[in-house]
Amino acid sequence: MTLAEGILAGDQRAIARLITIVENRPREAIPALQALYPHTGKALVVGITGPPGSGKSTLVGRLTKRLRQLGKTVGIIAVDPTSPFTGGAILGDRIRMQDLATDPGVYIRSMGTRGSLGGLAKATHNVIKILDAAGKDYIFVETVGVGQSEVDIVKTADTTLVVLVPGLGDDIQTIKAGILEIADIFVVNKADRQDAGRVVAELEMMLDLSSKEVEWRPPVYSTVATSGKGIDAVVEGIEQHIHYLCQNSKLEARRRERYRAEIMNIVKEGIITQLLDFWSVGGKLETLLAEVAAREKDPYAAAWEIMQTFTGNGKGGS
Amino acid sequence: MKERPIRVLIAKPGLDGHDRGAKVLARALRDAGMEVIYTGLRQTPEQIVGTGIQEDVDVIGLSILSGAHTHLFPRVMELLRERGANDILVIGGGIIPEDDIPALKKEGIAEIFTPGTTTQAVIDYIKENVRQG
Ligand code: B12
Ligand SMILES: Nc1nc2c(ncn2[C@@H]2O[C@H](COP(=O)(O)OP(=O)(O)OP(=O)(O)O)[C@@H](O)[C@H]2O)c(=O)[nH]1
Ligand SMILES: [Mg+2]
Repeated sequence: MTLAEGILAGDQRAIARLITIVENRPREAIPALQALYPHTGKALVVGITGPPGSGKSTLVGRLTKRLRQLGKTVGIIAVDPTSPFTGGAILGDRIRMQDLATDPGVYIRSMGTRGSLGGLAKATHNVIKILDAAGKDYIFVETVGVGQSEVDIVKTADTTLVVLVPGLGDDIQTIKAGILEIADIFVVNKADRQDAGRVVAELEMMLDLSSKEVEWRPPVYSTVATSGKGIDAVVEGIEQHIHYLCQNSKLEARRRERYRAEIMNIVKEGIITQLLDFWSVGGKLETLLAEVAAREKDPYAAAWEIMQTFTGNGKGGS
Repeated sequence: MKERPIRVLIAKPGLDGHDRGAKVLARALRDAGMEVIYTGLRQTPEQIVGTGIQEDVDVIGLSILSGAHTHLFPRVMELLRERGANDILVIGGGIIPEDDIPALKKEGIAEIFTPGTTTQAVIDYIKENVRQG
């Protein structure tokens, strides 16, 4: 049985192995990803972002439990930061999802960012496809905390949840600037703490003041992820958002943008790899750099010279 | 091409609440460039094996200071065999009497590290013994 066949049959080891290949040797994974592609597109991808420690993992665990009660299967991708100095990482999100580890309807995978800066790992998109092909109805993607790093998730998810908590102090001001654009749903977690009501009120006010013309006004839910309070409403909110996207063929439009970005990335990487492969042979690139350094050529002229040699069989890159 | 990071699951089976050693080790392995999946306290052998498989780890490290290793370590090995995942390197540590070690090794635990071992010894051991590919 090939890896792709194993994955379509729901074999956990096959899923696990292909994810590893996608992370470590992406080019090698291409045939399997190609075989799986016709079986993708059915899963709903839900992104979860928010400040470190706001309860994202605990929430994902709870939301998953609720979806399991409703008979849905779930994939979870939990991303934690890789140390830029050592390349190592502690992937600790599963601590909050312990009891899901033995549920055959749930597949959880932890990933280090491995140098990627947008809050996700580079391989995340392909891991989503693998879990999608494996038949998961919902796929949660937990990003590393909000910073400048929440950008990737909107380009990846069908629905984006932004998690906030009381007591962020001034942080919330800086966070706020970016979140209005990315949130489809707000969750104010740790509602057992003081001031949660104020965060909800502040968010509602921001949404009222937002001059953007909105067809979808992000709902604001408050939850206590540790006890499960408010979780059912969030699941309903996710379903409503998906319903809204489907009704207005917005889901197609969002996904089409994703396909565009993905194809463009493959093209860019392919072209660059091919050109650089060609120019690295026999020190051609070094010679060109020397000419630029000596002011005999400018960087534009050098780049054009490189681009002119493009022969274009298109099979480079990953 | 850059070397791929070694993936390690550090797990605390059973009801044992001593997690200091496991945390120290998790940080040391991270600082040695590994991806460490840490799942917290009170894991059943079923959860540990399920996690190890989903995360496709190269190594499972079990930490026990409660004395329950004679029962829990073999159970983990048994489940790994049942699920065809006994190619994963399994090591253990904590309060484990010398006399118990031969039996655990016979069960398939590759190595046992008791108090006083340096984290460097563990790092070296993993790097030398992890499966390639
Ligand atoms: C600190 C401590 C506690 C703390 C734990 C804090 C915490 N969050 O971890 C507290 C006070 C809570 C505690 C409580 C108890 N403790 Co206590 N505790 C200790 C003590 C003094 C030190 C343990 C420690 O943290 N060492 C430091 C770390 C870094 O070392 P380590 O865990 O051994 O790890 C090293 C190696 O073993 C190895 N290693 C460990 N795990 C792994 C895993 C892998 C994969 C690898 C490769 C290596 C490895 O590498 C590490 C680095 O060298 C030990 C005695 C001792 N000297 O060991 C008793 C000890 C472990 N405790 C003991 C007992 C009995 C208890 C209690 C039951 C006491 C009681 N009656 O209430 C409770 C139970 C708590 C519970 N829920 O399980 C006994 C266990 C007896 C036994 N196994 O037969 C001990 C041995 C004391 C004794 N001599 O009686 N304890
Ligand atoms: N009081 C309270 N604590 C909570 C709640 N939800 C989560 N926590 C606690 O908050 C801490 C962090 O929770 P996580 O789920 O790990 O948060 P996270 O956002 O995933 O954290 P990172 O992945 O590290 O960014 C844990 O100790 C949780 O138990 C809540 O609703 N109320
Ligand atoms: Mg988390």
